Amino acid sequence: MQSETKARVDQLTSPAGHPVTVLRFEGDIASTSKEAVLGSYQALPKETAKLVLLDFTKVDYINSSGIALVIQMLIEAANSGQKVYAFGLSAHFTKVFTMVGITKYAGLFPGQTEALAAL
Amino acid sequence: MTNVKSTCVEVRLPSRLGYEKVAMSTAAAVAKLMGFREDRVDDLKTAVAEACINAIEHGNRLNEGLSVGVVLSAGDDQLEVKVIDDGKGLKALPPKPDIDRKIHGEEDPRGMGMFLIQALVDEAEWVKGSNGKSSYVRLVIRLDKVAE
Repeated sequence: MQSETKARVDQLTSPAGHPVTVLRFEGDIASTSKEAVLGSYQALPKETAKLVLLDFTKVDYINSSGIALVIQMLIEAANSGQKVYAFGLSAHFTKVFTMVGITKYAGLFPGQTEALAAL
Repeated sequence: MTNVKSTCVEVRLPSRLGYEKVAMSTAAAVAKLMGFREDRVDDLKTAVAEACINAIEHGNRLNEGLSVGVVLSAGDDQLEVKVIDDGKGLKALPPKPDIDRKIHGEEDPRGMGMFLIQALVDEAEWVKGSNGKSSYVRLVIRLDKVAE
């Protein structure tokens, strides 16, 4: 019933010249998304992937279990000295992420261009 | 479909995660017929989804032999949603989630569903079933007359 979560990794460089690892998600982010969300993040090399950008452009549904997976990622990132940012959330999920406090630990941007320009 | 006053819509879901999306879509359809703004429909969808997930996971403990009832009652200026399960109901509302405590490992990263429900609708109450079963959460979302 839930749309399978897919994750893809892209390597980009910000206009300031910093390497940025982009995790692009597609589908639902729910309790069944652990491998796609945490697994794909944990597979990144911690030594080089210091700036991680989450792309939610193709995600329509995020529930509290999915938000918990994002928070688990933020915990691991904080412990590894990585910085996490996100873009592509709808206005509603931007509000939800703000309500639960995620914006304190992950900067949110409307799109990829704005996100890269800030990194 | 211009008159939805005092209309009641009922959905029965299997206790299987993912089926909360059926209740979400139904609630969204009723709210749109009533004239709710798009942002309020989104609020309602998330609140209904979280209420159904709680009913499936905690109320019915993922027992697929049990179902979750969703009753939508559309009034003149508000939509009431009851999500009913076969659990005993809540002993107490959990504390408001604290992102700092979560990030520092002092609090479970999960446990935000009820906070989101309370934050996104105008009224939310959890009612224990009188016979130790048929507990429900009752949500109310009101039409914003000013924006109409």
